[in-house]
Amino acid sequence: MVEIAIKKRLQGTKGDMILDVDLQIKQGSFVSIMGESGSGKTTLLRVLAGLEKAKSKIVVDGNSWDNLLPQKREIGFVFQDYALFENMTVEQNLLFVRDDKNLSKKLLELTELTALATRNVKTLSGGQKQRVSLCRAMMNRPKILLMDEPLSALDEKMRNKLQEEISKLHRDFKTTTLMISHDAKSSYLLSDRILVLDQGKIIKDGSKDEVLKKEQKILYSL
Amino acid sequence: MDMTPFVISFKLAGITTIILFIIALPFSWWLSQTNSKSKPFLEAMTALPIVLPPSVLGFYILMILSPNSFFGNFLQEHFGVELLFSFTGLVVASSFYSLPFMVQPLQNGFESLNRHMLEASYLSGKSKLQTIWYVALPNMKPALSTALIITFAHTVGEFGVVLMVGGSIPNETKVASVAIYDMVEVMDYTKAYIYSGIMVGMSFFVLLLVYIFNHSQKKVGIL
Repeated sequence: MVEIAIKKRLQGTKGDMILDVDLQIKQGSFVSIMGESGSGKTTLLRVLAGLEKAKSKIVVDGNSWDNLLPQKREIGFVFQDYALFENMTVEQNLLFVRDDKNLSKKLLELTELTALATRNVKTLSGGQKQRVSLCRAMMNRPKILLMDEPLSALDEKMRNKLQEEISKLHRDFKTTTLMISHDAKSSYLLSDRILVLDQGKIIKDGSKDEVLKKEQKILYSL
Repeated sequence: MDMTPFVISFKLAGITTIILFIIALPFSWWLSQTNSKSKPFLEAMTALPIVLPPSVLGFYILMILSPNSFFGNFLQEHFGVELLFSFTGLVVASSFYSLPFMVQPLQNGFESLNRHMLEASYLSGKSKLQTIWYVALPNMKPALSTALIITFAHTVGEFGVVLMVGGSIPNETKVASVAIYDMVEVMDYTKAYIYSGIMVGMSFFVLLLVYIFNHSQKKVGIL
């Protein structure tokens, strides 16, 4: 179980606001976070990862993460802009996290990147880079996988492919996952729970059917 | 022809570059990451040697290292070290003089890096030191080469501060630039031409190397 209580003053698109989130997430679940730009979604993930300070209480499997450095948090993070180590090959990006060749081989096979293992990441396409970023995030077998709009920079074909791979990895590793998404279709296909954030507050929280099917207005506005 | 002044120049530049790299690496990293109010003050202090006349900087260093000053006296009494008119004194003076040429390119290089890339390294369990060494520096090779080579070349070309702090002691503090000045003073223009020609050739070669390297790095980035 992951318990999160975060309070932080932010400058949103409509002026100052308080990010005020209090929620529990079941082990192994896949949660999508939706909401307008500037509603505090990315900050929520960054505070969870320890990359930003906030008044927070984060408990993962009974252990408090409040004073833990990002290095000790066992987090996998997929950034929107990939953030790959550009001086390294695909395989080196993975092995830099953990020297576990079996795991890197398995991840590259799952995401069909084996043929690109020795390629420098600078030479890859956007979709390939995001798949490497996903594999890298899984290399330390994280307790929580955080993804900040992993699909938004990709065209539809590539988005569908990555979506499948995210789903495959989640089935295989059963990692508790939080994904920010603007795409209602992807959120619906991947998640079992959806949160909608507005001005730093959770305004909708429920199963994908409750949030997306019944709330047609939200579905179409996203 | 006596090549000793060139040897001293290169020895001085090499040692200064190594010392400055060790000092400037954590300092420029800190400058690139901090939002501290002291940052503009420290940046201005670091950049001072660029705008100050070398004689002003040389004068202050001369005063600070002099055995009559508190610092100079302390070094002499407790360690038996006299820095004025010695090679070690030249290294100290050059380290002050060339500091901005190491700090500024490194700071710019660190600031140009994708912040998420550094954060990805932290989330991979890597410390700041490991992140600087394995992720930051390899991804800013042009800035790194500019810092190292320009610091080296600038120290080789130093004149005013060196003359004031080190004088012109043969085989000790007489670097190439000071040797040329001495030759002109005694109107030995032939030797002055040869020494100056060597300096021009070497400086051009060093700069050419920097530009070729940086250009090749940009091409790799485009591929």
